[in-house]
Amino acid sequence: MKLELREITKRFGDFTANDAISIVVESGTVHALLGENGAGKSTLMNVLFGLYDPDGGEILLDDQPVEFTGPGDAMAAGIGMVHQHFMLVHPFTVAENVMLGHEDVVGPAKLLDLEAARARVREISHRFGFNVDPDAVVEDLSVGAQQRVEIIKALSRDAEVLILDEPTAVLTPQETDELLSIVKDLRDSGTAVVLITHKLREVKAVADTITVIRRGKVVGTAEPTASQEELASLMVGRDVSMTVDKGPADPGEAMLVVEDLTVVDDATQVTQLDRVSFDVRGGEILAIAGVQGNGQTELAEAILGVVPTAAGTVRLDGETVTGRSIRQALDAGIGFVPEDRTTDGIVAEFTNANNLILDLYDRAPFSKAGAISPSVVRENAQKQVERFDVRTTGIDALTGSLSGGNQQKVVLARELTRELKLLIASQPTRGLDVGSIEFVHKRIIEERDKGVACIIISSELDEVYALADRIAVMYHGRIVGIVPPDTDRDTLGLMMAGAHEEEAA
Amino acid sequence: MSDQTTATEAPQQERPGRASTVLREILSSSTLVVVMAVVASLLIGGVLIVLVDEGVQEAAGYFFSRPGDTFTAIFDELGAAYSAMFTGAVLNLDADTFAQTIRPFTQTLTMATPLIFAGLGLGIGFRAGMFNIGAQGQLLIGATVGAYIGFTWDLPWGLHLLVAILGCLVGGAFWGFIPGILKARTGAHEVIVTIMLNYVALNLVAWLLTFDAFQREGSNNPISPIVAETAQYPKILGSQFNLHLGFLFALACAFGVWWLMERSTLGFELRAVGANANAARTAGMNVTRATVLVMVIAGALAGLAGSAQVLGTEKVLTTATAGSLGFDAITVALLGRSRPLGTVLAAILFGGLRASGPTLQVQAGLPVDIVFVIQALIVLFIAAPPLVRSMFRLPAPAIEKEVAA
Repeated sequence: MKLELREITKRFGDFTANDAISIVVESGTVHALLGENGAGKSTLMNVLFGLYDPDGGEILLDDQPVEFTGPGDAMAAGIGMVHQHFMLVHPFTVAENVMLGHEDVVGPAKLLDLEAARARVREISHRFGFNVDPDAVVEDLSVGAQQRVEIIKALSRDAEVLILDEPTAVLTPQETDELLSIVKDLRDSGTAVVLITHKLREVKAVADTITVIRRGKVVGTAEPTASQEELASLMVGRDVSMTVDKGPADPGEAMLVVEDLTVVDDATQVTQLDRVSFDVRGGEILAIAGVQGNGQTELAEAILGVVPTAAGTVRLDGETVTGRSIRQALDAGIGFVPEDRTTDGIVAEFTNANNLILDLYDRAPFSKAGAISPSVVRENAQKQVERFDVRTTGIDALTGSLSGGNQQKVVLARELTRELKLLIASQPTRGLDVGSIEFVHKRIIEERDKGVACIIISSELDEVYALADRIAVMYHGRIVGIVPPDTDRDTLGLMMAGAHEEEAA
Repeated sequence: MSDQTTATEAPQQERPGRASTVLREILSSSTLVVVMAVVASLLIGGVLIVLVDEGVQEAAGYFFSRPGDTFTAIFDELGAAYSAMFTGAVLNLDADTFAQTIRPFTQTLTMATPLIFAGLGLGIGFRAGMFNIGAQGQLLIGATVGAYIGFTWDLPWGLHLLVAILGCLVGGAFWGFIPGILKARTGAHEVIVTIMLNYVALNLVAWLLTFDAFQREGSNNPISPIVAETAQYPKILGSQFNLHLGFLFALACAFGVWWLMERSTLGFELRAVGANANAARTAGMNVTRATVLVMVIAGALAGLAGSAQVLGTEKVLTTATAGSLGFDAITVALLGRSRPLGTVLAAILFGGLRASGPTLQVQAGLPVDIVFVIQALIVLFIAAPPLVRSMFRLPAPAIEKEVAA
């Protein structure tokens, strides 16, 4: 099936999200839509999926104009979509989720034909090597497996065009590789795949055609053979350096010393962090690599005091910080960029000005004797917004309305307002576009060069390589080894699967 | 305009579906929506008035022969009803003296006083993410303590009032502290606990009123002695008006709450905890402390609402002291979008509705219940901002332009 979008235009008030965008997707190909966050990719796909009414342009299937009034129409026409945020019912099984919305019934009692759904799941799962159990409950599945359920859902409705919206944003490197091979299999079986992403490596790995969108317009098409730099500059609209300029580290004394740190989950009694010991010196970046869910989150939270520690000590600049409140840890000079910025980093309903003082509000000069000084807060906000190049309508705009990259800049700006001894940043560039990644990386290196000890937790190896002075690899709550930054990808990959340094090398 | 309607229908990003989202939506709806909710309620109230009116029914019986009569009857009835409301709640233009002319409005302000206090407290709770349904009980316990001090103790003028007010405040604060500490320590949901504590408070007062220490001498009814004059709020416009000092105190509290929420570090903390407790905790705030404090402050303000009753208008403690104030205050707080100024205005509106009840009955021959119907309609409309927006074709709130790409 050939899908064509012709001159699609979509406006929200004065804002033009899609400006006469035309693309053609042929069956048996992977068409990548490349663009920064906010470029209008998802809007375009929502128009295609019947979720938005376009203000202009038309959609053609096999050269026949069609009109969709809702997702139901689009699905009936053979278009399937896997959203960035999955649309699954968590307490239901895989088979139940797959049949949801087109439940077949059997027998005179009109019972749900679960058996047929199971068979369908098994068949598709087998065909593409998904390894998904139709009777598994969705909430027990890993994120990667949930995504495969979404794909099965689309395929079970005979989707000939499959739209994947930022499919790798939530995946680990391994899961990403698996997904990319699934995409290739789908293409080879004749499906037309539309891949919406801002990640260049993925585009280069699987795309047959690349359309680059910037500020709601198609700015060009590219061949998958184009270099990452070429794609990035097309996407951002200026030259982008893909490697961070980073001088050699000049590490000083050990700033953070962690000894035998152990975290046990209260509810399940599972040991999440198992006697972890390491140190970080001032002026050095220690990157913590590992597949997500191997204790990195708990490590960061245990150092700050968000989760209680079962055993072990954390010393910052010679002083023990374990057992203290979060507030005391922050006061001791820890800066913290949480893994999930929308949950832990910002208050979406607060203005930028207020989010920029979220953990500074009761310190001088922002407040005196319990009273906040609005003029100082505003001055600070103005300064930080300029310094960190936060793209926003103003300091009074709600932070929740900013793009992910700009929200992250707000968090980072706030954390770097204080004098730090230690900066902990978890997944600092997750979901960020190329321009913002470059910016965030530069700031982190600047902090390092000021003598701050930095811990960067990242499941993206590219990021680990870009920043690390040393790399610690975590597996099952332990550090399996700390290696120099020139260790090759294969060795790191094996270590992330639990192999020790010597075995891996 | 057509863009905006399609934008309204645009699917929202998946979010944790919770009751708090509803509350948040109500609190973030625009002033215009709130005002139109009130207008819609008055209009629909008008329709009901017309429907039940005998004169209109009679005229409608021969609608097709003389339709003009029906419309005349409708306009007469509506005119009578709305003018009775105006006369009862704002100004009595037929009065002979100036005092009588402005009397209805002072009555409105008097009625509004306890609603301002309690509404302010509930508003703080709503903004801090707490569904405090317990103003009723907190008000009653505050009133009990204050009234007891008022009719038992013998203190000099000035000091007696101060101590009695303080008693109301402490009583209410204590009744708010209980659900606060239970939530903070055990996770007990404040909605359940506060609702139950309302019953506990009511029955506790009923029980106390059977004792000699509380029951009026020589009376078998559950009613307390009259609060000593030294412990009553002084009348601020002279003895011919009921308006008492409690109203000015309530306005002062409104300013205090504004300062607390908008200017103080504590208010910043409370708002942050209410909007995103995780982020507040990660930023080093003490969520447990904030939870307890919110309930204590809300309880204290509800207790002050009790003072407006026992030290202001009623001067005695009965089981009916709280009336439906604690629940009306929820509507007032929501109508005022939990902001102090909004709460004061909403309380005055509600005070006016209540004050106009008797006049409606006497002058327009309407049942007092129509006032409660209008109040209920207001609740309905402010709970459904999209309904009001579509009724009056108001634009939808600005959607996030940065649609996740």
